[in-house]
Amino acid sequence: MAYKVVHYINQFFAGIGGEEKADIAPEVREGKVGPGMGLGQLLAPDAEIVATFICGDNYFATNSDKVCQEVIDCCKKYKADALIAGPAFNAGRYGTACASVCAAVQKELGIPTLTALYKENPGVDLFRKEIVIVETANSARGMGKALPTMAAVAKKLLSGKAIEDPAAEGVFSKGIRQNMFYSEPGAERAVKMLIKKLKKEPFTTEYPMPVFDRVTPRPPVKDMSHAKIAIVTSGGIVPFGNPDHIAASSAQNFGEYDISGVTDLKKGEYQTAHGGYDQTYANQDPDRVLPVDVLRDLVREGKIGSLYEHYYATVGNGTAVANAKKFGTEIGKKLKDANVQAVILTST
Amino acid sequence: MKLELCKIVVDKLEWGPRTSVKDKVLTINKDELVAKILEDPGLKGVEVELVHPGESTRILPVKDAVQPRYKLEGPGQVFPGWIGDVETVGSGKTLVLDGACVLTTGRLVAPQEGIVDMSGPGAEYTPFSKTQNIVLVFEPVDGLELHDLEAVYRKAGLRAAFYLAEACRDCKIDNVETYEWPPFTDSLKAYPNLPKIAYVYMLQSQGLLHDTWVYGVDAKRILPTLISPTETMDGAIISGNCVSACDKNNTYVHLNNPVIKSLFEHHGKDLNFIGCIITNENVTLADKKRSSWYAINLAKMLGADGVVISEEGFGNPDADLIMNCWKAERAGIRTVLITDEYAGRDGSSQSLADSCPEGDACVTAGNANEIVVLPPMKKVIGDPSKADVIAGGFFGSLREDGSMEVELQAILGSTCELGFNLIGARTL
Repeated sequence: MAYKVVHYINQFFAGIGGEEKADIAPEVREGKVGPGMGLGQLLAPDAEIVATFICGDNYFATNSDKVCQEVIDCCKKYKADALIAGPAFNAGRYGTACASVCAAVQKELGIPTLTALYKENPGVDLFRKEIVIVETANSARGMGKALPTMAAVAKKLLSGKAIEDPAAEGVFSKGIRQNMFYSEPGAERAVKMLIKKLKKEPFTTEYPMPVFDRVTPRPPVKDMSHAKIAIVTSGGIVPFGNPDHIAASSAQNFGEYDISGVTDLKKGEYQTAHGGYDQTYANQDPDRVLPVDVLRDLVREGKIGSLYEHYYATVGNGTAVANAKKFGTEIGKKLKDANVQAVILTST
Repeated sequence: MKLELCKIVVDKLEWGPRTSVKDKVLTINKDELVAKILEDPGLKGVEVELVHPGESTRILPVKDAVQPRYKLEGPGQVFPGWIGDVETVGSGKTLVLDGACVLTTGRLVAPQEGIVDMSGPGAEYTPFSKTQNIVLVFEPVDGLELHDLEAVYRKAGLRAAFYLAEACRDCKIDNVETYEWPPFTDSLKAYPNLPKIAYVYMLQSQGLLHDTWVYGVDAKRILPTLISPTETMDGAIISGNCVSACDKNNTYVHLNNPVIKSLFEHHGKDLNFIGCIITNENVTLADKKRSSWYAINLAKMLGADGVVISEEGFGNPDADLIMNCWKAERAGIRTVLITDEYAGRDGSSQSLADSCPEGDACVTAGNANEIVVLPPMKKVIGDPSKADVIAGGFFGSLREDGSMEVELQAILGSTCELGFNLIGARTL
């Protein structure tokens, strides 16, 4: 028996009208409509479009949650095995609608979904990490090329397989790194890649180098003697017992700890949770990583105004940059709210 | 230099009156082995367990893995600076117990040792689920300082591996592999139509239990230098590392370096393997700059057309990897890098701590942050509660039923950056 597919399209591709009809409310028609004709032929005999969900682009833009729920209900009613939306090419509102309904249906029903967009369609950047998006040309002139790819990808997803090579399969990568097993060990792959590179033959790197954010340093603090200074560490210094359970590596959180009245981080009262360096010397004297003692001296000597009463700590060891960025943003906001003028960051 | 690796295949271990191999069974005299291990006054006891592939056995925390080797003909003896004198090795005949491996355990630095599962999903990731393992569970004397303890464990593993191979010196050899490393006057002229390839072999040397040793010398104290690849097969380089288990190069993989193996296999066919350059991964910027300039200059002086560069560890050493990469490329030497990734548990983060546009050819040994669930095993050697503090484990990783949820990071050798395994990663 063929898989059942619900197809989402807008008022234009349904033949209802252009911009002047973009406000029309959703309508469900049994069977295939518009591009569904061609798509249905390509899906047969494995899959069949059982219903077409039509919605005006402006209507979707102002009622997106409601329409997403209606698409979910429609998929349930027709016992859909998959949802296909578009192709929407470079149409921004339509593309975003297609991607939104796919994401909603996939999340709610767990069935395969896919849409097809041009690379500059805003729906791509908004949803590429969540859903499968086939790459198309920038206008409906690319229909003939888009539909066979959509059909092939849909059949693959319906059969329970996942996208393995996004570029080769014609879909946008999600930017997610996933482990896999090759047929040869890494060393042999490296030697073969080098031979190709030297022969100037095409080769594919297994990891395209990342491009980094660069942060412009702030201007220096003019008057340190009145400045409130905070201290933040990725060296893992935490109260003894590691109350927030910060992991030794690949930390998933950071801790906030009150040091009002603390003049010295003593052995047995503080420790490091860091798993990437020899803990001996940090545990002997945690001030070596988080120099509270010296900062208290500087306050007493009038060299800095005050030390902020909380410090923040995480473990910078095998920690994903995305997590580090998230921690940094949250800690930065807390420091700003507390009117801290400068922060000393210690690592290991 | 010509080295013959005389291999005796081992596919089973058992206790018996005399340590020897017959019909692929390594019989071990337990009392003799234990006596050898306990020669070190730092140890008051040792439990030895024999573990085979496919068994429902988990070993943790594992510090090092060592393949038993013994030099039948010198000069020198294996593990120079530790077992052998510091005489140059890499020539003559070396006996290898192929298939056997000594694993050392005993809690050392809590977060920095690994897991070996002999069956189940975890076994797919570690090379040491395929070896017949002689597992040494050390009991040190009381009050031993941590760094001294590391040295005691390290040397005891080498001694056990040496004892096993030496005891089998008269046993029947199954096959012989021959490796030749001619003088540069010959090798640089050989195969004029093939590209000249060198290997830049990065050694973890950040210090404070992140140590690799070359002929008994701490690698952070070396300038980059040339070594014959055959010397590595005799244990000229050994591990003293307590870094994350997944991508530290234990002694076993130094002895069986897969990059060297691949370069020898391609030698004379589509490349001319002309040099092996060892360099370090120190912590200061000046050290990183000096070592990378020096290592790449050695490749330049050899006239290398291309280099394979392998990393050890992650994060801070990414900076050394990247310096080696762009300095070689800008000197006109093409590069391929072998690294691994820390892309987060969901794989959506950038994978390296440093980057350069010249690094356009990169082999990855996988995302070490990926989560794997290890089912309960019938037997656990070591201490499963340590899963919480092993790098790659996290609070709650040991479940009540004995299963464990860990990152690949916690599995010994799983993302080895010498490219020992089949694992890699792709962008979905």
